[in-house]
Amino acid sequence: MRKTNWLLLALALVLSMFLAACSGGSDDTGGNEGDGGEDTEETEDGSSEEGSDGESADGEQVLNLAESADIPTLDPSMATDVVAFQWLGSTTDGLYRLGEGGEVEPGIAKSHEVSEDGLTWTFDLREDAKWTNGDPVTAQNFVYAWQRAVNPETGSEYGPYMLGGVVKNAASIAEGETPVEDLGVTAVDDYTFEVVLEQPTPYFESLTAFGTFLPMNESFVEEQGEDYALEAENTIANGPFKLTEWNHGEGWTVVKNEDYWDAENVQLEQINVKVVKDVATAVNLYETGQIDRAGLSAEFVDQYRSNDAFKITEEPTLFYLKMNQENEILGNVNARKAIQSVIDRQGITDVILNNGSIPAVGDVPRNFTMHPESGEDFRDINGDLVETDVEQAQEHWATAKEELGIEEATLEYLGGDTETAQKMDAFIKDQLEQLEGLSVEVVSVPFKERLRRDTAMEYQLQNSGWGPDYIDPNTFLNMWVTDGGNNMTGYANEEYDALIEKANTELAQKPVERFETFLEAEKMLIEEDAVLAPLYQRAVAQLWKPYLKGVITNPMGAEYTYKHAYIEGK
Amino acid sequence: MTRYIIQRLVYMFITLFLIATFSFFLMKFLPGTPLTAEDKLSEAQKAIVMEKYGLNEPVPVQYAKYMTGLAQGDLGVSFQFDNREVTQIIMERIGPSAMLGAQSMAVGTILGMLLGLVSAIYHNGFLDYGSTFVAVVGKSIPSFVFAGLLQYFVAVRLGWLPVALWEGWEYSILPTIALAIFPIAIAARFMRTEMLEVLGSDYITTARAKGVNKFGVVFKHGLRNALIPLITVLGPLAISLMTGTFVIEQIFAVPGLGEQFVTSVTTNDFPVIMGTTLLIAFLFITIVLVVDLLYGVIDPRIRLTEGE
Repeated sequence: MRKTNWLLLALALVLSMFLAACSGGSDDTGGNEGDGGEDTEETEDGSSEEGSDGESADGEQVLNLAESADIPTLDPSMATDVVAFQWLGSTTDGLYRLGEGGEVEPGIAKSHEVSEDGLTWTFDLREDAKWTNGDPVTAQNFVYAWQRAVNPETGSEYGPYMLGGVVKNAASIAEGETPVEDLGVTAVDDYTFEVVLEQPTPYFESLTAFGTFLPMNESFVEEQGEDYALEAENTIANGPFKLTEWNHGEGWTVVKNEDYWDAENVQLEQINVKVVKDVATAVNLYETGQIDRAGLSAEFVDQYRSNDAFKITEEPTLFYLKMNQENEILGNVNARKAIQSVIDRQGITDVILNNGSIPAVGDVPRNFTMHPESGEDFRDINGDLVETDVEQAQEHWATAKEELGIEEATLEYLGGDTETAQKMDAFIKDQLEQLEGLSVEVVSVPFKERLRRDTAMEYQLQNSGWGPDYIDPNTFLNMWVTDGGNNMTGYANEEYDALIEKANTELAQKPVERFETFLEAEKMLIEEDAVLAPLYQRAVAQLWKPYLKGVITNPMGAEYTYKHAYIEGK
Repeated sequence: MTRYIIQRLVYMFITLFLIATFSFFLMKFLPGTPLTAEDKLSEAQKAIVMEKYGLNEPVPVQYAKYMTGLAQGDLGVSFQFDNREVTQIIMERIGPSAMLGAQSMAVGTILGMLLGLVSAIYHNGFLDYGSTFVAVVGKSIPSFVFAGLLQYFVAVRLGWLPVALWEGWEYSILPTIALAIFPIAIAARFMRTEMLEVLGSDYITTARAKGVNKFGVVFKHGLRNALIPLITVLGPLAISLMTGTFVIEQIFAVPGLGEQFVTSVTTNDFPVIMGTTLLIAFLFITIVLVVDLLYGVIDPRIRLTEGE
C-alpha cells in the first residue's frame, strides 16, 4: 500500500512539473503584455476605455499586421502575387502611385505629357528622389527595370503580361523575336523618361503604379547578382518604407525611410508583419491586440457584424458561369438566358458566402470605374443586366427546348474543390435544375486543373472569375472578343469585336465616348447575347482597429497604401 | 553486426533512390504548371518561362538532371520563391518543426508511459479507467480541434500564453501540448497492453515469488519488455511530428516545414516538393534502422546478425 502511494506521488510530481512549465511561461507573456513599451501591445482590445496607458499611445506610430502568406520574392520583375506587390509598393515608388479612390498621385514622376497620337508619353521625374544607398532615382532606372521585365533571359511572367501589347515591342521581345534594346523606353536625360506605346492606352497612368513597372537600381541589382532581393539586406528602397528584417515564413518589418522624397508626409514609424494563414488565429490575435486588422471568413461574419471594427470592402473581382457555346444546348441563346435568370444571386451572397459579397449583375464590377464626366459608377449607369425570375427562365427554357427539339438535357458543371466552392456549386446545381428536364452533374477539380480544362474548352458550364489587370472596363470586356486568349466560350460576334476595337483605337483619346462604347458592349455581351451568367462580386469582411486611420484600399496592385496611414487614439 | 549495418545502409540507399524516382514521376502528374500567370501569357512566352525552370525538356531528361544534381547534394532552386535554394528553405523551416516535435514527443512519451503504467498496475481500477479515458480522448479528438480549444481558452480567454506566432520559448508551449496529445494516447495504450501481458507471465510470478517487490518487477522486467513495441511505434511518430504538422503549424502560425510542404504542392513548386519528400523519407528510414538497432540493446534476445 505504501508503495502505491509512492507511485501516485511520482505521477503527481511529473504532472505538476509539466503544469508548472506551462504557468511559468504564462508569467512571461503576462509580463510582455504589460510592458507594452517594447513592442506594441496595449489594452486588451481597443474598446476598453479604462486602459490608462495613454502615455504610450498616440505617440507610437507602429502598425501590426498579418499577411496570409510569405513574400515569395521582392524582385519587381519576378513578382506575381498580392503579397509581393503589396510590399514592393510600400517600399518603392513608381512613376505614379495609387491614391484615394483609385486616382493616381505623384510618385517619382511629377507630371507627364502625352503626344497627340496618344503614343508617346514623356514623364518629368523629380530630382530629389533617392535610393536608400544614396543614388538618385533616374530615368535609366526605369529603362533598366522595364527592359529587364520583358527580357526572355529574366524569365518573368508579369513582364510580358503587363507590358505586352502596351509598351512598344514588349510582346515580341518577350517571345525572343526582337532585341531588348528595341523596347519603347528611353531616358532622354536623367530626369526625363519617354515611353512609346503600342497603341493609345488611356489607363497607362494607373498602370505605372503597378509592381512590374517599378524602377530598379541597376548597379545595386547587378552587384547583388543571384542574391538580389533574397534577404532584407539584399533589398533597396526609394519609397515611404524600407525593409529591415525578413524572417522567411514568419514575418518581416519595414520602417519609415527617412530619405524618402516625401518623408514629411509619412507618419508611421514601423510596420510589423506576421505570416498568419489561419483565419481563426488571426481573429484571436486581433482580439488580444497583437494585430490591427484581421480578415474574416463567413463563420465569423455574423459574430462580428455589429462590431464597430467590422468593415466590408468590395473588390473588383467578378465571378460568373461560363457557358461553352460549342455545346449544342449552350449554343442556344435562349438556354443561356434561362440559366442567367434562374439563378438566385442573392442566395449565393447571403447564404453561401455571407462575407459581404454582392450579387453580380453585369460583366463590369461595382466601384471600379466611373464615367469620366458625371463620375457615375459604370454599374449604376448600365444597371442590372440580369434578373432572377424563375418564370421568365422557364419560358426561355421552353423556347430553347423547342428550338433544339429536345425534352431533357444533361449539363456538366465544372466547379472548384474548396469547401465554399462545393457548397456554392451544390446550390447552383439546385437552382439550375429548376429548369424542367435539366439535370446538372457537378465535377469538382483543383483550380489548376480547371484552368487547363478552360484553355482546352473541355467543359460545358464553368464557375469562373476574373480580377482586373488595370483600372479600365476594357480589362473585363476585351477578353470576350472572337478568339480572345481568355474567351474560351466559343463566343464570336463581329459587332461586339467592332465595339471593343473602336473603343481602343479611334476613341482612345475620347474618354467619354469610349466609356459609353463600353457600356454598349457590356449590354450586348450580357443582355443580348447572354454569354455569361454573372454570379457575384467578391468582397472581404475585415476587422480594423478604430485607431488605425488613413489606409487607402486599392482596386489592384498593392492592396493597401500605408503611406498616409497613422495611428490615432490608441 | 557491422556487416548487418552495412547491409542495411545499402538497402536504405536503394529505398531512397526508389522513393526519389517514384515521387519525381508521380509529381509530374500534378495538374498545371508552376506559372502564376499561366492563362495570360502567349505560348512562346510560356515556353520561355518553362525553359527557365527546366520544364521544357522531356520528363526522362528532367529526371536524369535532377538525379545528377541530387547525387552532388544539389536540391535545386525553388520555383515559388525565386532564386532561393531548396536546402536553405528547408534549413530555415525545419528548426521550429523539430523543436515542437521533440518537445511534444518528450512530454507525450513520458506522460503516456506513466499513464499506461498506472493503468496496468491498477488494472480495472479507477485509475485504469481514468487513464484509458484520457488515452481514448487523446486518440479520437483530432489535434486541430484540441489546438483551437487551447488557443481560445488558454490564450484568448485566460491570457496565460501567447495566441500564436513564433517569438520565443513560451510561444511553443501551446502547440507542444496540442501535439503531445497523440503520443500520450499511443504511449499509454501500448504501455498498458504490454505491461498487462508481461505482468501476467510466468517469470514475473517467479520474480514476485522470489520476493522482488511490485515496483522492482515493473521497472526491471516489465518496462524493458514493453519498450519494444513502444519504440516501434514512437520512432516513426517522432519523425512525422518533427518534420512538421501542417494543421498545428497553421493554427499557431509556426514557420515550420509542414506548412511549407503543403504550399509547395499546391503551387507546383517541384524542387521543394522533392526536397521535403526526400528529407522526410531519409529521416524515416534512418529512424527505422535506429529502432532496429535499439531492439538489440533493449532486449538481448533479439539478434541482429544473420545465421545462428
